[in-house]
Amino acid sequence: MLFILVSCKGKKVAAHTGSEAGELVYKKYCLACHQDNGSGVPGMYPPLIKTSWVQGDKTRLIGILLNGLEGKIEVNGQVYHTAMPPHQYLTDQQIADVLTYVRISYGNEADAVLPEEVASARNQSQPTN
Amino acid sequence: MTINSIVKRIAVPLIYLMTIASCSRPENAPALVADPDNGGIALPRGFYALVVADDLGRGRHIAVRNNGDIFLALQELKGGKGIVALRDTTGDGKADVISYFGDLPGTGIHIHKDHLYFAHDTAILRYKLRQNDLLPDLVPETIVSGFKREYQHAAKTIAFDTIGNLYVNVGAPSNACQQNDRTPGSPGMDPCPILENYGGIWRFKDDVLNQTQADNGSRFATGLRNCVAIEWNSRVSNLYVVQHGRDQLNQFFPDFFTDEDNANLPAEEFFLLEEGDDCGWPYCYFDFQKGIKVLNPEYGGNGDSIGRCAEKKNPIMAFPAHTAPNDLIFYHQDQFPDRYRQGAFIAFHGSWNRSPLEQEGFYVAFIPFDNQLPAGTWEVFARNFAGVEPVNSPGDALHRPMGLAVGRDGSLYISDSVKGTIWRVFYQ
Repeated sequence: MLFILVSCKGKKVAAHTGSEAGELVYKKYCLACHQDNGSGVPGMYPPLIKTSWVQGDKTRLIGILLNGLEGKIEVNGQVYHTAMPPHQYLTDQQIADVLTYVRISYGNEADAVLPEEVASARNQSQPTN
Repeated sequence: MTINSIVKRIAVPLIYLMTIASCSRPENAPALVADPDNGGIALPRGFYALVVADDLGRGRHIAVRNNGDIFLALQELKGGKGIVALRDTTGDGKADVISYFGDLPGTGIHIHKDHLYFAHDTAILRYKLRQNDLLPDLVPETIVSGFKREYQHAAKTIAFDTIGNLYVNVGAPSNACQQNDRTPGSPGMDPCPILENYGGIWRFKDDVLNQTQADNGSRFATGLRNCVAIEWNSRVSNLYVVQHGRDQLNQFFPDFFTDEDNANLPAEEFFLLEEGDDCGWPYCYFDFQKGIKVLNPEYGGNGDSIGRCAEKKNPIMAFPAHTAPNDLIFYHQDQFPDRYRQGAFIAFHGSWNRSPLEQEGFYVAFIPFDNQLPAGTWEVFARNFAGVEPVNSPGDALHRPMGLAVGRDGSLYISDSVKGTIWRVFYQ
């Protein structure tokens, strides 16, 4: 019972060997807005918890990190419309690490993001809307 | 017993006691019954609260008419509507009639000259109030339009003076005017071009339709990042604002600022504004601990250097970093004890960017005033809105105080942004 309560708090639910690097990137560049438990800020920054935005299409997700996001989006039934800045200054490895980390944290279960995939998306450089 | 002695022994003391009993309750004290737990909030001794209504939506600012009707702005449409109207028909303080109207969401809301003024992110509208009806005329007039749709600090809030002017907070769509917003190490643009149309208070006429910022607005004050809390103090005829200070010093300039520095810097500044004031954003921020205005790192600052900040307007009071002051009112009624009269209440919505340290705020503060200026230190007046302690993330907060209004009887109304709960606080 206690374990269920603890894990339902929204913290990382799985061991994540190899994604410690991703967690460091998260703490430095993502935590302020998306918060330590991935819950975001109501009305401002969306949660990263169990959402198709995180678990779904990798190219879209990489694009959000590279190019930022502006405009209204709906995440888990709530609307958010505060701009997310671009993060092109992060390396392909850093972006791959942090996205891999987020995709297995906060209740998410999705496969890793590879640096080659980030490089490819960066070359295409298509802004998401 | 003679009649005289009965009068002396019984009636006179009885009349005396009845007079004492009625005088022990302050003038204008409503005959309200508080909720057993004061609606879950904690108040100073002698103050009580009841929940007027709950689950109204994502509440923002609140306005209370002289007849007791309440209007709440909503950040998101509920049932397609952006304003809630509430009426208590039984006199117990609880809303019995709740109606939704208005097709746009917004933040600022204010009753002025028989109209309900409403501030959407891109326009200021007004609805004509009817004498006895709860709902106003449902087709609004447009007072100001054409504010550009922005995605940061876009909420518009409003205040009115007594000589026909409307003041609008136009927040800056930026953190510190960096060349690349919210990017580590990116320098500030110098001069900051954002200040031309944002980052200040603009003044308009309160009764001319279809004004625009470019053609009709005049910039009253500049160098203000985002002042959701804005109010005219009619007693002293001055405009006051409380500013949301810049974010993420540690994230963008880690060489100069630690996580702890970030949690404590910069202060939220409370200003008495005069026309032409320059309060320093984006070039400067106010260091709470040092008590001085210093250069932002985007403009060459290192936490100590002052430079051009020596010429910028200083606050009359400074509050803990990132607490998000979202409304300000001055208390001009006489229900509350003497020390509260003339004073200011500020709703601190609560921080998000003190992480990884604990968040701060989620309370309503009181500042005693003597004429134009604070007369003492600030104090927390109403607390426990968040319902948890500590608050690690604002999403954990059950309620976040957002809007303030004072009724004609002197009750203080507080609105919440999480569920739209409205508390009525009174003194008995």
